[in-house]
Amino acid sequence: MPDRFLPSEFIVNVDHQRCRRCKRCILNCGFGVFDFQNMTTADSSKCVACHRCVVFCPEEAITITRNPLAYREHASWDVELRKAIWKQAQNSGMILTGMGNDKPWLNIFDHLLIDACQVTNPSIDPLREPMELRTYLGRKPDRLEVKLDSEGKIVLENPLENNIMINVPIIFSGMSYGSISLNAQRAIAIAAERLGTLMNTGEGGLHEELYPYADHIIVQCASGRFGVHSKYLNAGVAVEIKIGQGAKPGIGGHLPGEKIGREVSGTRMIPQGTDALSPAPHHDIYSIEDLRQLIYALKEATGYKPVSVKIATVHNVAAIASGIARAGADMIYLDGFRGGTGASPAVVRDHVGIPIEIAIAVVDEQLRNEGIRNMVSIIAAGGIRSSADVVKAIALGADAVAIGTAALIAMGCRLCQKCYTGNCSWGIATQRPELTSRLDPDWGAERLVNLVNSWSLEVKEVLGALGINAIESLRGNRDRLRSLGLDPATNEVLGVKPVGK
Amino acid sequence: MSLEVSDNSMKWRFDFSRIPSACGLSGFINRDGNRVGGEVIIESMRVMNERGNGLGGGFAGYGIYPEYAEDYALHIMFESQEGKLACEALLKENVNVEKMEEIPTEPNERIVNPPILWRYFCKPRAEKLNETGKSEDDFIVDLVMQINTDVPGSFVFSSGKNMGVFKAVGFAEDVGDFYRLGEYKGYAWIGHTRFPTNTPGWWGGAHPFNILDWSVVHNGEISSYGTNKRYLEMFGYRCTLLTDTEVMAYLFDLLIRKHRLPIEIACSVMAAPFWKDIDRTNGDERKLYESLRSVYAGALVNGPFAVIVGFSRGLMGLNDRIKLRPLVAAEKNEYIYISSEEAAIREICPKPERIWAPRAGKPVIALLRDGA
Ligand code: SF4
Ligand code: SF4
Repeated sequence: MPDRFLPSEFIVNVDHQRCRRCKRCILNCGFGVFDFQNMTTADSSKCVACHRCVVFCPEEAITITRNPLAYREHASWDVELRKAIWKQAQNSGMILTGMGNDKPWLNIFDHLLIDACQVTNPSIDPLREPMELRTYLGRKPDRLEVKLDSEGKIVLENPLENNIMINVPIIFSGMSYGSISLNAQRAIAIAAERLGTLMNTGEGGLHEELYPYADHIIVQCASGRFGVHSKYLNAGVAVEIKIGQGAKPGIGGHLPGEKIGREVSGTRMIPQGTDALSPAPHHDIYSIEDLRQLIYALKEATGYKPVSVKIATVHNVAAIASGIARAGADMIYLDGFRGGTGASPAVVRDHVGIPIEIAIAVVDEQLRNEGIRNMVSIIAAGGIRSSADVVKAIALGADAVAIGTAALIAMGCRLCQKCYTGNCSWGIATQRPELTSRLDPDWGAERLVNLVNSWSLEVKEVLGALGINAIESLRGNRDRLRSLGLDPATNEVLGVKPVGK
Repeated sequence: MSLEVSDNSMKWRFDFSRIPSACGLSGFINRDGNRVGGEVIIESMRVMNERGNGLGGGFAGYGIYPEYAEDYALHIMFESQEGKLACEALLKENVNVEKMEEIPTEPNERIVNPPILWRYFCKPRAEKLNETGKSEDDFIVDLVMQINTDVPGSFVFSSGKNMGVFKAVGFAEDVGDFYRLGEYKGYAWIGHTRFPTNTPGWWGGAHPFNILDWSVVHNGEISSYGTNKRYLEMFGYRCTLLTDTEVMAYLFDLLIRKHRLPIEIACSVMAAPFWKDIDRTNGDERKLYESLRSVYAGALVNGPFAVIVGFSRGLMGLNDRIKLRPLVAAEKNEYIYISSEEAAIREICPKPERIWAPRAGKPVIALLRDGA
């Protein structure tokens, strides 16, 4: 049998009339597609459609097409299923993949429509009136004690404490050093600082070079405890306990040894070249009271900085979130089943968890029913693709959203889903120096700032149309959403009426 | 979810959607506590006939029941005699009724299909208070909520002491005549005429909205309704009427009565200052407003509104944070006037000493003078 039992997914074509043999494609491709033998040749079997060559070819000589090979149609045996079986029959093992769930599950965001003002109440013009997006993350008391002192001066007895102010309700999600390059993290850190928002270290520790950005960093403490030490915990503005991740609920982070060079090994405090496999659970958290202990241990260790708990959205997410709030967390980070990853078994990425839209709705509702919504901020992530998603997530009940995949796309990522190979041609999900060096952090930061600023403008525009001039009046305002094409049970879970009602 | 109103419908009032409406409002107070006849507020409202469409009008008068000043005056509308009997049974269980009577009315052809209108002057039964451990006010609030949600065909539309709300479907001036307001004297009056964009045809939906001695008349549509409603639900309020005014009334009740915030502070929660202005302050002041906005984010009322709130100590007028609805105030001697239109003030006070347009988000607070 031939080695290449599986046909190529894409066909790379070099137009030799146009090609001037500059060899840029050879240098640029992280996957070794191109070679030079008298002329530029391409091995299509290696192509992942990351478009690096296409973008950098000065002659537009390269085209990439889907391999048009016909497969006998079968409604049940989808071609992808057949391919998976061929792969596994050849090399026994799990199929790995990167980025978020790519299956065509119903996307609830795309079935929600936003209201606007007409006649009975005026819309507000964001070009002429202030539009406020400022958000405070953290635990808030249920009420303030305000007294008048003997001179009639107003005295606040329990001022707000331990909250983090962000200028926009959009933060960057946890992407570890190791899974992404230091340059990618640098770009995100610079952008977070310039935007007045936050980044998150992910579970790979904090590289020395990023300590200057600490006022805009949430440091993560995951089950592998990579890079966790007291200076690290105290560096950021908050600590996040990562219980789970939307792309792989129930399993720990996996970083293949190929991505663990000297710098990553130093930051993570593990030997070079070893696989960094985080345990599936935290071995000191087997129940909610254990979580409480870790939350308070981290608070003690950091002088009571806010603690966030990140969970993947699973079926019982509302009850879990309530437990987390009561265990003392200040923020709950909900990562929906579309959340991205550097590496995950495809079976878990594609089939485990629930959509973020549902999770926001049920968690917000549960916390309100228990009268403890003020105890925590809800950060929604895993499937936020646009400013419309931001608006809808907040209207469903989130305080803020986190973006990961969108941020990487802004820096060039083409969603090729090969992050786990460590060959990312865009210098993002790789540690190969010749690849990482091509991502200029300042260039990346500028693109991230542009993206978030654009979304902010769009959110403001929608707020204005809604006749609202502060983001908090959108939060949980499901009255301003209607659903189109969702079933009644889903509408009820979302707390959203169908269009026309 | 359509409105169903029929004589024998068990769903007398709760099954309808939120209805946007615009309105006219007016109110005044004699700060010395001297009482004035209700015809004055009717005259002020008559000028603003244009601001209503005959689908809702109402009034609240303060100081009108001096002979029962210590009793809660429950004004209740009943759809049927059965509803009345069921409600009275519940009242008997929970309160001692000092006096009960039909609310005097003067039928006129412009006010049609009135429900049965009665009033009950009462106090919570001591053993019930002991049993529940609630304060008198909380007990009455819970009783009102219970009647309004659980007793079919009964609706309490006024529940304060020494004050009363009178409202109906009709133009404000006709409503005032119907209830013979000229026969009452009060130190403060507020009035309201309504322009709903569809027809609820239900008397309870008219303004003022009242709970205890808080009465709210309101012109506006709250763009943050969903946020505010869900926020209030966390504190046990049930927004059954689906009106913006109900939400306003409950927010004032929560902030001022339950959380004991000073009135000015409650106003700067509901019509919060902008961050750019907060950022210009320093130290304690900055911390105060930063805390208020973050902790009471769910109580920020966004969208156009002008509101007049009556309570036993005085009147308060407030606009939304960018003043999207009209509100004018005036002063003459011991009187303070607040209204949607200057004309409505000049009708009853031709030469005020001072007349001004209150700034967005800055309340006009007119309290009884000490000893009044
Ligand atoms: S980058 Fe384009 S022009 Fe240069 S060698 Fe490759 S195909 Fe030819
Ligand atoms: S980060 Fe790189 S490897 Fe991963 S999907 Fe994007 S382009 Fe592909």
